[in-house]
Amino acid sequence: MISNLDYITLQHLWWVICSVVGALFLFLTFVQGGQTLLWQVAKTDLEKSLVVTSLGRKWEMPFTTLVLFGGALFAAFPKFYATSFGGAYWVWMLILFSFIIQAVSYEYRKKQNNLLGSGVYELFLFINGSVGVLLIGAAVGTFYTGSNFTLDLYNRVTWDYTLLGFNLRGLEAAFSLFNLSLGIFLVFNARYLGALYLLNSIDFSSTPDLELKLRKNVWASFLIALPFLLYVFVSILFMKGIHIDDTGMVSMASGKYLSNLLSMPYFLVMLVTGIVLVLYGVLVSSFKGSFKGIWFSGLGCVLVGLVVLCLPAFNHTPFYPSKLDLQSSLTIFNASSSKYTLTIMTYVAIGIPFVLAYVAYVWKLMDSKKLTVDEVTNEESY
Amino acid sequence: MLDVDLSMVNWARAQFALTAMYHWIFVPLTLGLSFLCAFFESIYVRTGNKEWKSITKFWMTLFGINFAIGVATGIILEFEFGTNWSNYSWIVGDIFGAPLAIEGIFAFFLEATFFAVMFFGWNRVSKNFHLFSTWMVAVGSNLSAVWILVANGWMQNPVGMVFNPETARFEMQNFFEVIFNPVAVSKFTHTSSSGFLFACLFILTISCWYLIKERHIEMAKKSIVVASVFGLLSSAYVGFTGDESAYEVAQKQPMKLAAIEGLYQGEKNAPIVAAGILNMDKQPGDNQDPFLVKVEIPYLLSLLANRSFNSFVPGVDDLVYGNKEEGIEGVASKITKGKQALNDLAQFKQARKEKNKEKAEQSLTRFKTNQDYMGYGYLNKPEDAVPSIAIPYYAFHIMVALGTFFPILFIAFLFFSLKGSLTQTKWLLPIGLISSLLGLFAQQSGWVVAEVGRQPWAINGLLPVHVATTNLAARNVQITFFMFLGLFTLLLIAEIKIMLKQISIGPEEGK
Ligand code: HDD
Ligand code: HEM
Ligand code: HEM
Repeated sequence: MISNLDYITLQHLWWVICSVVGALFLFLTFVQGGQTLLWQVAKTDLEKSLVVTSLGRKWEMPFTTLVLFGGALFAAFPKFYATSFGGAYWVWMLILFSFIIQAVSYEYRKKQNNLLGSGVYELFLFINGSVGVLLIGAAVGTFYTGSNFTLDLYNRVTWDYTLLGFNLRGLEAAFSLFNLSLGIFLVFNARYLGALYLLNSIDFSSTPDLELKLRKNVWASFLIALPFLLYVFVSILFMKGIHIDDTGMVSMASGKYLSNLLSMPYFLVMLVTGIVLVLYGVLVSSFKGSFKGIWFSGLGCVLVGLVVLCLPAFNHTPFYPSKLDLQSSLTIFNASSSKYTLTIMTYVAIGIPFVLAYVAYVWKLMDSKKLTVDEVTNEESY
Repeated sequence: MLDVDLSMVNWARAQFALTAMYHWIFVPLTLGLSFLCAFFESIYVRTGNKEWKSITKFWMTLFGINFAIGVATGIILEFEFGTNWSNYSWIVGDIFGAPLAIEGIFAFFLEATFFAVMFFGWNRVSKNFHLFSTWMVAVGSNLSAVWILVANGWMQNPVGMVFNPETARFEMQNFFEVIFNPVAVSKFTHTSSSGFLFACLFILTISCWYLIKERHIEMAKKSIVVASVFGLLSSAYVGFTGDESAYEVAQKQPMKLAAIEGLYQGEKNAPIVAAGILNMDKQPGDNQDPFLVKVEIPYLLSLLANRSFNSFVPGVDDLVYGNKEEGIEGVASKITKGKQALNDLAQFKQARKEKNKEKAEQSLTRFKTNQDYMGYGYLNKPEDAVPSIAIPYYAFHIMVALGTFFPILFIAFLFFSLKGSLTQTKWLLPIGLISSLLGLFAQQSGWVVAEVGRQPWAINGLLPVHVATTNLAARNVQITFFMFLGLFTLLLIAEIKIMLKQISIGPEEGK
């Protein structure tokens, strides 16, 4: 059956797969958000231990999903992988550094003789959760706002944005109001998701204070995130975009993303459902004492993330627009792998549901009992 | 299209070498120790003996410390193909990206998911499920080696693809040829077994330290027996697969083989150099002796390279300047053909742009006659096709020497363990103590052979390294190079300090 899929379907399918991975990553940034809460909600060593240990059981998930996101884009859209990572060099490098320092911090923070001291490892976690997530938001924003590159006849990328004589190679993405807003939104999105996750995973019977602080934080982070989200959405609806017609002619079109949304109504439905779910999760956790908010807000976040990633790629729109040369812009058609590779990779992708299934099974198994104070003091903990 | 900044290329190479070599400090230990932990835990579950549980937990703690930094150094490699080798990524992404993605889907998630159970699940899941998780971590880490080595093997021996002149890139034609590439198979078997061997040395080192300090003696002795048995088996396998690797190199990358043997003039019944010092003034084509001194074993190189005593093994000079008798084409004529191919490709592209069908077809036909030599068109002179000789030569001989030494070491440990006089054999313990450093040295040497011997090609015979890079000012890479150097060194020191502390705390016996 897979071998009968035509090229265009495969290209769409693979953009959806990459977007699902990306959207799941956005949900999993609850780990990053939790890391930024550490200093704020956890005052005592015991509270810190609870928070870090709870997050520490999940930290590999967003990390590995990010790696998979890179690998999937490499396999399915190699021209994008080459153009974006090679072109926007500095954004990606800084993002990667923030994940490198995260990876060791859980394991090393509390170990004796750890050279830097636990404070520094906590700072690493904070940087990962703030700067790292912010820059990811800025990078995603360029799907809408475009980047400063051109491609030559052999598809070699040239990047051109200089400030004070230094070619910023992608860092300029963080200077656009839209990208920055998306970044800040993601940081606070991650924070309330983090608080929701912690509410779900910790047994608060001996630290009731922590629970209260977390509930307050869900609401506060959401309130801060909201205006940025609204700004991003309103901008998307009114923003100009690039349209490519069937002959390959490229032109600017006003209200491009709005018309994408209207011509693909299922995305509109997903978007609205997603927002309602996020809101529901936040409200029941902040005011109704629920511990299950993470599941609603998390699912909502995945739906919204999917729309945000698919909207700029479908309906004759280039997902990686060039600001310098419209013709260099990347579409899911001109940036994808060959039909053969996409077909093979689609067979491979049959494995993804199995992976998701065992991840979910193990998650359930490990989280069936809440994390107790007793456990972090007497057993393996971070 | 050849206006590349060579200092940028060299910084990018240095950065890749730096990050890959750091990653390779931790990865072999992960590959081997994950299985050893699974063995220890299996013994515990079988016997129900608490002592084995504490042994398992002890090695797991060290495994976890190593694993974290292995993961930290891995993520940069995944993205570095895009950031620093973007032309490469575009030209071969169709083929090379697939194994990386598959690695992510099937290997990394397995490791990441079950790692959490292995560390925190002791009281949360059943005994058997915990054991299962430990095995899954071991399987996952070795699966990850499978896929990354499929990718690396493909660079050494590109198969299963065609060049598409329309897009000017390589496209996959046969996935199964890519994954069952004989070079990938020999790489995986050799690399995973060497990881096993390395982990056994690691256990030996720490156990010897305890014996010298006269602490945790029972655990140390038990661990040594397990490590010696598995170490001996895996070192035999390392030797066997190493021989297989060398055979593949001889068949697919004869220039690399010539380099690792310091062989300039090819011959029949070629002897292998057991040891020797290179003459550093030697250049291809001159009349100097490549060696100052050497000890040879007759016939062995012909046997190793072609599985036949009287076969011909080409040297550097034969490969560079050609050898009519043996039917070897010189690089000069390959360069001419390659330049012709690049020229025809450019004309084809131009004609397509002008929508001149006839001209396009003609240039395409001409291109096809020479397209196999395309990569050579980027070289300027025949000698450009020669890698460094000294680095792969010495690295290879160090690796093989150590590869011969390790089985003897394991036999010695096994012998004295069984005899029950290990603690009295004072001369052996210090050798065991430094053995994992030697193992690390062999590990790193192996990759230096493989990667430096591959130069000047990023993809053997098809794409030279200097055409593979990103169009980027050298100072960017210079800055990131030093950022990586600083950060990784800092983390390495932290890792070592933490490890040493954990080792000195030791297993909580009986807990
Ligand atoms: C403990 C580590 C260790 C030991 C003792 C050996 N090797 Fe090795 N070797 C490696 C660790 C390694 C490695 C790090 O795993 C490499 C690097 C690339 C690869 O595929 O494996 C490697 C590569 C490598 C290559 C290059 C393959 C290529 O370029 O594609 C050859 C020819 C050999 N080995 C041969 C041997 C022989 C004949 C040995 C004698 C017993 C030996 N190795 C011992
Ligand atoms: C240049 C090529 C390589 C790339 C791009 C790469 C990429 C990565 C990445 C991204 C991770 C982190 C995975 C996670 O999210 O958990 C990782 C870890 C790992 N890699 Fe590599 N890697 C490379 C070379 C190798 C080689 C040659 C091997 C083995 C033969 C290997 C084996 C492993 C293993 C076993 C891990 C688990 C973590 C650990 O080592 O502690 N990698 N690698
Ligand atoms: C982990 C062990 C590895 C080590 C120690 C290692 C070492 C090196 C070194 C020293 C270089 C620079 C060679 C030179 O320019 O002289 C290099 C280059 C490179 N390696 Fe490896 N490598 C490793 C694994 C891999 C793997 C698994 C892959 C692919 C999947 C890979 C792909 C590359 C690429 C793309 C380059 C840059 C192009 C080139 O210089 O040819 N390496 N590596």
